[in-house]
This record gives sequence, structure tokens and C-alpha cells, in this order.
Amino acid sequence: MSVISRVALLGRAGLDTVSALGRSGIFLSNALLGRTRFGNSFALLLKQLYSVGVLSLAITIVSGLFIGMVLALQGYNILVGYGSEQAVGQMVALTMLRELGPVVAALLFAGRAGSALTAEIGLMKATEQLSSMEMIGVDPLKYVIAPRLWAGFISLPLLTMIFCVVGIWGGSLVAVDWLGVYSGSYWSNMQNSVEFVDDVLNGMVKAVVFAFVVTWIAVFQGYDCEPTSEGISRATTRTVVYASLAVLGLDFILTALMF
Amino acid sequence: MRTRNLELTVGAFILAGLLALAVLAVKISGLSPSSAGATYSVHAYFDNVAGLTPKAKVTMSGVTIGQVTAIEFDKTRYSARVDMDINRKINTLPADSTASILTAGLLGEKYLGISVGGDDEVLADGSEIYDTQSALVLEELIGRFLLNTVSKEE
Repeated sequence: MSVISRVALLGRAGLDTVSALGRSGIFLSNALLGRTRFGNSFALLLKQLYSVGVLSLAITIVSGLFIGMVLALQGYNILVGYGSEQAVGQMVALTMLRELGPVVAALLFAGRAGSALTAEIGLMKATEQLSSMEMIGVDPLKYVIAPRLWAGFISLPLLTMIFCVVGIWGGSLVAVDWLGVYSGSYWSNMQNSVEFVDDVLNGMVKAVVFAFVVTWIAVFQGYDCEPTSEGISRATTRTVVYASLAVLGLDFILTALMF
Repeated sequence: MRTRNLELTVGAFILAGLLALAVLAVKISGLSPSSAGATYSVHAYFDNVAGLTPKAKVTMSGVTIGQVTAIEFDKTRYSARVDMDINRKINTLPADSTASILTAGLLGEKYLGISVGGDDEVLADGSEIYDTQSALVLEELIGRFLLNTVSKEE
């Protein structure tokens, strides 16, 4: 292959990336800003909240519990060397609220709900359900895409908060009930060091940003996929990979801006 | 009936999420509206505030009665000015009380301790605590100790 055609290949890849970004932006604004009549859309949103949010609850709670427990165990083993094992509550709470809560919940959400969204919408496209909707004059952006986007935006922040609470409770389970840290100092150290606005709300801002990005990527990949079985499988993989990378990269930027 | 169950589970999910936020606010960050209630502000000048930070506790007899709001360098007095807010209920502090910078535990955080004076006048909003005791800097302490041992040997 000559040098010129390699450069052309690079150029085509660049153009493809830019046009995919542009299409996803137009797609998002059409789905969110398109006119919606209230009434029917609420029932659609409810159904999606169930499949995106409620069904992700189990994995979120179980992982939150174990992550909190492991943090408390590791933190205790390190802190006990300095004789300050009471600080384990503070460590668990700050780690959960600032970093692990939003990030791990978003990664789990991308794997559990994001891939399902992509596969579902991709299959709808492959079986020409989306084009038949357009044929009968129903806007698929409004009836298929918009409820899923909103369900994702609403679910992930809620899941993140539940994740943090369960994790901190799991930490107290290990530190207080098992390792024997005094429960008064576990909670009071935590309350002294955790600030509502700086820690809790900033963590929630992260969760909202991640919810936006992960759901956007998942739904767009499904909508934009090649309507074949390989196309759907590739789109599902891309959803998980892109969403995870976006979450981790954005987390660094948000942390640098916030803390 | 099927939609009703769906609505119920989604409602419970949203409720659980909001409840989690309430737990984060009250139980974990200890947010309570009363703690930010009425306060009055006093300030003090220290030679050295090493390690004291804004939001540090102001305590008296070990009980928290306020918090440090600002720390800045005063270029005319060449010392550090510490502003603090004290709970308005504690309005009987004598004007000659002492403010000292203390450390919680061996390596813990720095906080301000106020020990009571004997003046009849009390501290009011905007007044200054004149009697201050600076932070203990470990290097200075070790330096002084070394100097003592050397001079004894001679």
C-alpha cells in the first residue's frame, strides 16, 4: 500500500469519526428537544425506568456492599499500623462518595443497562421495526429513543446514591461489627470530614454527567448500528468499551475541576 | 394489574434513591440546618498558624463552639489573622480569653482551643482575641531540645 493511500485511509477514519460525532449530537438534540405530548410518554418512560433502573438495582446493591466491605478491610489493615483505625469510616465514606460510587456505578450501569439498550435498539433496527414505525407516521426518536434516554438520566444518579449508602453501610458492617472499631468514632469521624456540598453533591454531579454520557453512547450505538447480527454485536461491544473509557476519562477531568 | 405493579416497583426505586440521598445528607455528612445557625465573628492574630485550615473546629473545654472561617496573612502586622464564627449562645466569653492552636492526637488535625479569662467584658461580634498561642512546630521544638542538650554538655 502506498503512502498516499495510507494518508487517505487516515483521512477517511477522521471524517468517519467526526461525522459519527455530528450524527450523535443531532440525534441527541432531536430525541430530547423534539415535541412530546404528555400522557402516553409517561407510561413509556415508566416501562424504561423499570427495565433500566429497577432491574439494575440488584447488581448495584451487591457490588456496593462488597466494595464497601473490601474498602473497610483494606483501610483498617493499613490504618491500624498508625493506630488511627477510627479514621476508617472517613476513608470509606470519602472514597465511596468522591470516586468509587459514581465511577463503579456508571461502569456497572454501562455493562448491565447500556449493553441491553444497544442490543434492543439494534435489533429493532435490524428487524426493521424502526423503519415500520416511520412508515406509519410514528417518530421512533420520540417513542423508542427519548424514553430510554430519560430513563438512563434518571436511573443512574439514583443508583449511585443507593450504591454509596449500601457501600458505607457495608464498610460499617466490617469495621464496626467484625473488626471492632467503635461505632461512635466510625460515624462521627465520617460526619466531621464529609461535607454535604463538597463531597456528596460533587459526587452526584459526577453521577449525572456519567448518566448522560453512558446513556447517550448506549442509545446512539444501538440506533446507528449496522442492521446485521455482527453489527449488533459490534455495537454492543463498542457501547461497553466507549462508555467505560468515557467514564474513566471524564472522572479524571471532573476530579481535577472539583477537588 | 401488570402496570400497577410496574408503577409500584418504579415508585419504590425512586423513593429508595431519594431516601439514599437523605441518608447521605443527614447520617453521613452530618448536615443539619441548626448547626449553621446564629453566630458571631471574632478574630485573632497568631505568629504561626502552621496546619490550621478554614473550617477547623473552635473548641472550649473540648466542646465545639464554632469554626474557623478564614485565615490570611496580615502584611502590616506580619502575622496571620484567623477569623472564626462562634455560636451566638456562647456569649459570655471574657474579652481576655486565650486562643491557642492545638493538635488532635499526635498526628491529627489542628484546631483552635479557647481557654477562659477573667475579664468582666465579654467578646462581641467583631472583637479581637489578644492573647494567642501559636501552633507547635515539631522542627522548632526539636531544634530547641537539641540546643539545650548541646549547651548542657558544654
